[in-house]
Amino acid sequence: MNSSQLLGATTFLYLFASVLYAAIFIFRAQKLGIVATGVIVIGFLVQTAGIIMRWVESYQIGYGHAPLSNMYESLVFFSWAIVVFYLGLELKFKNRIIGAFAVPFAFLSMAYASFSTEFGQEIKPLVPALQSNWLIAHVVACFIGYAAFAVACGLGIMYLMKDRGKKGAAAVGKDEGLLGTLPDLKIIDDIIHKSLVFGFLWLSTGIITGAIWANSAWGTYWSWDPKETWSLITWFVYAVALHARFTKGWGGKWIAWLAILGFLAVLFTYYGVNFLLSGLHSYG
Amino acid sequence: MKKEKNALWEFFASVKLALFVLIVLAITSIIGTIIPQGESYGFYVGKYGPTTAQVFKLLNVPDMYNAWWFLSFLVLLSINLTVCSIERLPNVLRLMGKENLKTDSLRISRMRSRAAFFAASSVEESAGKLKEALGSSRWKMMQSDVEDGVLFFLQKGAWTRLGVFTVHFSILVIFAGAIIGSLFGYKASIMLPEGARTDFVYLSDGSGTKMPLGFTLRCDRFDLSYYDTGAPKEYRSRLVVEKDGKELLAKEVIVNDPLQYGGLTFYQASYQGLENQYFADIENRSTKARQKFLVTPRKESKWPDQGVTFGIVGRMGPDWQGKYRHKIWFSDGQGAPSQFQMEENATVVVQRPGTEYTFFLKQRFATGLQVAKDPGVWWVYIGCTLMLLGLYVAFFTSHRRIWLHVSREGSRSRVLVGGLSNKDKLGFENEFSRFSESLTENGRLNLTKE
Ligand code: HEM
Repeated sequence: MNSSQLLGATTFLYLFASVLYAAIFIFRAQKLGIVATGVIVIGFLVQTAGIIMRWVESYQIGYGHAPLSNMYESLVFFSWAIVVFYLGLELKFKNRIIGAFAVPFAFLSMAYASFSTEFGQEIKPLVPALQSNWLIAHVVACFIGYAAFAVACGLGIMYLMKDRGKKGAAAVGKDEGLLGTLPDLKIIDDIIHKSLVFGFLWLSTGIITGAIWANSAWGTYWSWDPKETWSLITWFVYAVALHARFTKGWGGKWIAWLAILGFLAVLFTYYGVNFLLSGLHSYG
Repeated sequence: MKKEKNALWEFFASVKLALFVLIVLAITSIIGTIIPQGESYGFYVGKYGPTTAQVFKLLNVPDMYNAWWFLSFLVLLSINLTVCSIERLPNVLRLMGKENLKTDSLRISRMRSRAAFFAASSVEESAGKLKEALGSSRWKMMQSDVEDGVLFFLQKGAWTRLGVFTVHFSILVIFAGAIIGSLFGYKASIMLPEGARTDFVYLSDGSGTKMPLGFTLRCDRFDLSYYDTGAPKEYRSRLVVEKDGKELLAKEVIVNDPLQYGGLTFYQASYQGLENQYFADIENRSTKARQKFLVTPRKESKWPDQGVTFGIVGRMGPDWQGKYRHKIWFSDGQGAPSQFQMEENATVVVQRPGTEYTFFLKQRFATGLQVAKDPGVWWVYIGCTLMLLGLYVAFFTSHRRIWLHVSREGSRSRVLVGGLSNKDKLGFENEFSRFSESLTENGRLNLTKE
């Protein structure tokens, strides 16, 4: 058993879990609930083992570093963090419908990591600039934040679906059908806010630890390089989302849209900057 | 006149302005990530045409994050934050203090969390017992006589209301740190060859100005190592700080671990191999005498103590790995001179009639150091710490308040309890019901639920 086999298996377990959670939502197959949770927990355990294994393997090769050092490893960690965050929500809110809107992100991240040809999967040694504990803190914090934002984006989509369905149903005087199984708008809004708040704290930590790392490596904590700037843009978007609820008239719908827009900014910071713009960062 | 001033004040205090500024900052920040920054005017003319380049110049797009209009938005954000905080602080302080004792029973009876009890005792007696029971709880208590009885006010986490203010204030602290850094700090660099000293560095603003250090910096050694894949593993410089000929501080500097002295920080940034300059390190194995030499190819070097003469007489390569082999000529005056070939960064044992020498050869490098003086960085770090603490407090802690109003009800007394929390309403509801339950359980009180 090596790490790539475990992480490969994870991809399929998360695909399976995504299908199960979608079935719970679409076919109202509540009975599948416990199975879905079981599959995702197994996926999570396999992935955790895979990540630890990869860490150990990097020491066996003699490079010895945490598996957070390139695009592949960061995608794996991203997916892991999404699952941890989602499982936390499932536990706290006792609602599996959210899974249909959150777990697919974890699968997509793993699938992209596994099947993309844009970057290698092999364990590579760290160049001198990346040999820093601040860097590890930076990557971990950013991706915990990104994971919360991914789930907030899923919840934003859920909110808008429900909102539209409700209005449509009210217009023709029917019940909401499928969308009726979604939680109340107020509850979705509350979970979105909680996810944003959590993500914002971690994104802030990520930006700050990144600045400290830059300062210890180059003597400049902020140099407006494209990746830094995009992380700040993302931070501004979420700051707007957090403040929107203190302004009259900017209700849940605005915040749902901002949760989606914010996640697009996250994706651009993480992915777009690397491939479309140039800068210091070699990976997400 | 007064009205006008209020309108301006309200404009600067409004959250709408905050949203506007944050959105503008987010959108304009994109510009500098798409249009390359810090290039020459010619570059922009070539890439975007003369008219656009002219507009860029006018708006300082090539350095947009320092442009007047971008900085104005940061100033606007700072004013907004300051005014908003000044506007809100008094109200929040009121929510944390004595003002709560003015809450009337009608409001308490309408609170989201509430309960009511009867006590068989008089108001004075019930109030006395309540005071005793509540005084030993973890709630902070205040008490006041009101016209129809006694009001107790209990609270927890009042200070957490200051979390949001801390977050907003921290942004100002970070800005202050950035301003201090740009006013009183500088960035510079120096290429320092192994074995050389400097007492100045070059400013990085493009002017090439020499900045005196106020001390002497010496580079003893520069080493670089590679992984077996050929990727660089480590750049390491041994730096020594000297003043008046005395060594004050020595440090092995690597990327991510700079040398700090006298308000300056020296970062390992680059290196350069110095053409035609080598170091030889020779040891006589029987006498243990050892010496380091700066060697120029095709020039004789001498070690008079040992009677040794040597030199690099030729070079072959590079081979497929980019490595050179050097041809060395070596004599210690006894017998015929030795000639041998060696790679760089290798040690060769030279057999001589009387003794044995070890001979080590490496190219001479210059280490490239970034130098930064930034007296504002600690303010930035303090600001960042405040921000994270403030965010934690603002998001995950809450101010919980409970009122107990004791009033006369015939010969008995009635206790009306109401509670509010500014966040985590669900958690508070549980806490509140536990609290009101504990009132009836408390033997001394003898309350019955209404
Ligand atoms: C980058 C800038 C800013 C950041 C990072 C920031 C951060 C925050 C955070 C984290 C909260 C708490 C939100 C929550 O509990 O959901 C908050 C609340 C608030 N912010 Fe800001 N803020 C910023 C700028 C501003 C500005 C310029 C104003 C000026 C009006 C402002 C006014 C407020 C107000 C009124 C609240 C609500 C406070 C309350 O809970 O009563 N913020 N801010």
